[in-house]
Amino acid sequence: MAPKQVDREGVRALLARGAHLVEVLPNREYEDEHLPGAINIPLKELDREAPKRLRRDRPVIVYCYDCQ
Amino acid sequence: MSPRAAWRLDSLGFREVYDYAAGKADWLAAGLPTGGSLASQARAGGLARPDVPTCRLGDRLAEARKRMQATGVDVCIVVSEEGVVLGRVNEEALQADADTPVESVMEPGPSTFRPNVPLEEMAGYMRKHGMASAVITTSEGRLAGVLYRQDAEQRATSRLMGRRGRHRSGRADADGNSPH
Repeated sequence: MAPKQVDREGVRALLARGAHLVEVLPNREYEDEHLPGAINIPLKELDREAPKRLRRDRPVIVYCYDCQ
Repeated sequence: MSPRAAWRLDSLGFREVYDYAAGKADWLAAGLPTGGSLASQARAGGLARPDVPTCRLGDRLAEARKRMQATGVDVCIVVSEEGVVLGRVNEEALQADADTPVESVMEPGPSTFRPNVPLEEMAGYMRKHGMASAVITTSEGRLAGVLYRQDAEQRATSRLMGRRGRHRSGRADADGNSPH
């Protein structure tokens, strides 16, 4: 299934279903501020870290700063 | 960046992947809670007064005046049915006839600010531009409240004094001396 766009309310609904929430920005930006419950997997580390830290049977939401 | 991450996860076999493209900027602009070292930073949304009087475009000025007097607030925000800010009625506008529609005396499209703007930044901006108050809205344009410069400056000053106090006592402690 191709990735889908989700809005703020959709994020909340997915989190209630137990979705993973992943900030893909560099660690320093995550340390400054992140969404509650988010984990940090910077984009460059996704290949290595995602299989270890995320379950394939759960929804995964990714986000960065904005759509730019 | 997040679309690339979403597609990469898809190619790695994750079956249900979502891209929150509006991202952290959208979450912050809605004034929602966050985690991290900056999460406790004082922001415009935290000090904005949410109980400001509001009116609709078709209301008469008498109605806006009544609401402003009842709350002791010098501004009335004109909003749509959905709560989206369309204008503001300032005290000067109250000089017009009581039957005047709000729409014809309001300041249309007033400048608005997001709830996540740091308070010190807001205080500086408002001082520089001679603003007594600022309308705070969510990223959808809905009214979150009105921030008064006086409130922002007071809080910014007290936070600054608090930081200085902590730095001073920190140095005293490091030297082995009591602050008193």
